[in-house]
Amino acid sequence: MWIRFNSAAIRRTKPQEYAVRFVFGGAVTFFAGLIAHYYGPTMGGLFLAFPAIFPAGVTLIAKHEERKRQRAGLSGKLRGKAAAALETRGAVIGACGLFFFAFAVHTLLPTRPTATALSLATLAWLATSVMIWCLRSRRFQRRLP
Amino acid sequence: MSFFFRFLMGGLLVSAFAVLADALKPKTFAGIFAAAPSVALATLALAVSLDGKEFATEQARSMMVGAAAFVAYAVTCLQFIARLRWSPLRAATASLIVWFASAAALWLLLLR
Repeated sequence: MWIRFNSAAIRRTKPQEYAVRFVFGGAVTFFAGLIAHYYGPTMGGLFLAFPAIFPAGVTLIAKHEERKRQRAGLSGKLRGKAAAALETRGAVIGACGLFFFAFAVHTLLPTRPTATALSLATLAWLATSVMIWCLRSRRFQRRLP
Repeated sequence: MSFFFRFLMGGLLVSAFAVLADALKPKTFAGIFAAAPSVALATLALAVSLDGKEFATEQARSMMVGAAAFVAYAVTCLQFIARLRWSPLRAATASLIVWFASAAALWLLLLR
């Protein structure tokens, strides 16, 4: 299974959908900072992995798929749910990577410059996620007749 | 001022990862970006500059617990959508209870 970059899909997203994500993202970051400020870093850190943007994202994906099917004269409800399920399966993998991101920051930040530690941690998140995704899709392909 | 900057940075990073998720195929791969460390990057970078490295390192330790709770959350959400045929919004919102429950349990067990 090949990874592709489809720039046309970006144009399909409406500006207000990007605005929703921007506001949600900003609000979550704002509240995570607020919690850390008032309740300390241990409580605040928990909310750095809070799935606040996920419900909005997965709903938008289901809506996009539904819209596509409706243009072809079909209901698209099932297709929308299937797309959301696939996206969520990916999110399980991304969340595993998120653990390695946090572990990398915790290990690297005390000894390395901040930019280096955060860049390496992001790389750790991406590398572990891609590795798990590759292993899972290979296993899935082997199961096909 | 720092809270406004936090809002701006978080919004920009979340949007950037969302654009990537929109453009990438297949969907399971794009889904990885739904759990991107966008909020964490914005918060940790600011935490280092405002409160110091020790504060940010402590946040990262706690984030490991949050990430484990995110895994439980996403697995539950997947079951609700794929097996129970719930609408994605209903499944994703209801599963937040799992995140709170597992984050609280792990926090009490490991961090308190």
